[in-house]
Amino acid sequence: MNVLGDILSLTIIFTVPLLLVALGGMFSERSGVVNIALEGIMVIGALVSFLYMSKIRDSAFAAATPVLATLTGVAVAAVAGMVFALLLAFASIHLKADQTIGGTALNMFAPAFAILLTWTIQGQGQTAIYTPPWARISPTVFGADLQNLNFFQRVFLKEFFITTPLAIFILILVIIVLYKTKFGLRLRSCGEHPQAADSVGVNVYFMRYAGVGISGLLGGIGGFAYALAAGAGFSATVSGYGFLALAVMIFGNWKPLRIVGAASLFAFFKVISAMATAIPFLPSFQKISGGEYIYLMVPYVVTMIVLAFTSKRSRAPKASGIPYDKGAR
Amino acid sequence: MKKSNTNILKNKVSAFFVKLPESHAFRSIMASVISIVIGLVFGFFLLLILKPDRAGWGIYRILFGITDIRRFARMLYFAAPILMTGLAVGVAFKTGLFNIGASGQYTLGSFFALYTAMIWQWPWYLAILAAMAGGAIWGALPGLFKAFFNVHEVISSIMFNWIGMYLVNLLSINTPAMLDRLVGNRTMILVNANPSAVIPKWGLDVAFQSNFMNIAIFLAIIYAVIMYIVLNRTTFGYELKACGFNRHASQNAGINAKRNIIVAMVISGALAGVGGGLYYLSGIGQYLVERSLLMAGFNGIPVALLGASNPIGIIFSALFISYLQVGGDSLQPVFAKETIDVIISVIIYMSALSLIVKTVIASILKRGSIKKHAKEEKQ
Repeated sequence: MNVLGDILSLTIIFTVPLLLVALGGMFSERSGVVNIALEGIMVIGALVSFLYMSKIRDSAFAAATPVLATLTGVAVAAVAGMVFALLLAFASIHLKADQTIGGTALNMFAPAFAILLTWTIQGQGQTAIYTPPWARISPTVFGADLQNLNFFQRVFLKEFFITTPLAIFILILVIIVLYKTKFGLRLRSCGEHPQAADSVGVNVYFMRYAGVGISGLLGGIGGFAYALAAGAGFSATVSGYGFLALAVMIFGNWKPLRIVGAASLFAFFKVISAMATAIPFLPSFQKISGGEYIYLMVPYVVTMIVLAFTSKRSRAPKASGIPYDKGAR
Repeated sequence: MKKSNTNILKNKVSAFFVKLPESHAFRSIMASVISIVIGLVFGFFLLLILKPDRAGWGIYRILFGITDIRRFARMLYFAAPILMTGLAVGVAFKTGLFNIGASGQYTLGSFFALYTAMIWQWPWYLAILAAMAGGAIWGALPGLFKAFFNVHEVISSIMFNWIGMYLVNLLSINTPAMLDRLVGNRTMILVNANPSAVIPKWGLDVAFQSNFMNIAIFLAIIYAVIMYIVLNRTTFGYELKACGFNRHASQNAGINAKRNIIVAMVISGALAGVGGGLYYLSGIGQYLVERSLLMAGFNGIPVALLGASNPIGIIFSALFISYLQVGGDSLQPVFAKETIDVIISVIIYMSALSLIVKTVIASILKRGSIKKHAKEEKQ
């Protein structure tokens, strides 16, 4: 039971970054821009916010109100991600560059820049930025006994960061914005048929900037959430979570609620593969060495199988990936 | 008589220089050169912000890092695998596919080469063919997923990168005869396992005073030339490119687009696989069982973009990127060697804007020629 509780607890905290980043990708694609740069955006969001967090690590502000301090970290990550995403927006919207290539450049830039910067700030070879201890909210805050956590406390409180409730809040906000506001309708129309949207007075360029900007914002927060969930700290990588989030978005068929399901499924398999040796009922492949690699492969194999079955019916936004040209018919 | 001959020659030469700026190749090269210059300038300013007193030294090291013939040999050694992965990405680009999975194909190629060389004692030329097969299989998978299940090749090839890396780790660990007995987490030194599998040096190691030097770079260049001929001089290559330009139009013209997607990915994967073979059969690198993707595959992307996906251009861009990287290694420990990756990423970003750069070049040239015409008319 305890193992199951731990698995579910970790699944929740790893669902958070996948969910946020996939929702970000959805905004960008719904507005008509393929955002392959999510991985890089996550790295930049995590880098800048963790530098900020280590700066305020010992400040009186953080000691007095740790939750508020973490939330300012979230804000820093959001802004950093958004600024970085605007580089993609500028290239792919105004300059009509190839969106995949621009995104690849940003993906390559982010981790290299993170290493270069942390080397300079923290000294040679030291690329890890450690998580301040106050970022994790201990179960004792909610009156739980650390030694005897019951099942629900184990699932929901053992690993608890402020980003978890924040993600739920953002999810609700995203659904409202996308489906219940004028802005959401216009944004979606730009991803389906920008010419038609333009003909009724929607500013396609602005909407696409907004889409990519929001994806940067959510991607940055997602990077921050990933670095928190990863445990010790941030060391210049989000280990492919940005790309996994892209797969989650496709599997979720560009719809928020289905993305939640997809994100938790992927996170579950990720956690299972990481914890395989600690789970008693899974085969341990004792006859062969390196059995952990079988489990490490599982999330990616599952992704491919799931995509194979769902992609035939999946419906990407029609104009996604095509630069908008006012003169085209 | 003689005079008119020289006049014709003169006219021909001047006609060449007038036409040159308008040619496609010239504009592509100019766009690449401008991207490179902007990337380097950006890198310099970044170093200037990070460590003002060492920035000048840093950029000097990057630009003139190759000071002797030994370093030059190292550059050629590292250029061979990225030339192959660059070709892999470039060929896929020509067919309208973005093969970001060169890393996985490279890894599978490496494993096939090392396995056949060490376990079956194959000589180097057969082991390279095995590498080709390994890469081809791993390239075919995203192609099949795209053709039959409509899964975008970017997503599937990223997934297959990870699957391939873990699979090769699993297979290597379970083949103890391949592993270094002392360390255990890497393959053994190739010369000890099978001397005939090491790519021959033909005395080049003596000429370059470096153990890194062998014929791998020449093999890679031969592959590039073959790809150039296939793409530009055969019906098959034409069909591949037609698919890249407009899939629906080419389908209407009777080209089997599904088959072409798979074939292009098989070729692309095979080229990346050869890259892995060339690198590990050089006998210096040992395959490390680690949990990170091999960068040589990803470096194929900037190589292909900088070479405008043209096989001949890719030869030069692979040499250039390798030049920067060998120079960048000597930046440590003052700056992280990732400085080079930052510069390269800026270069790719700029080359994504190549359309803009090309139109800017064109408009500048046009303005120039209009002025010239106006002048001539006035006279």
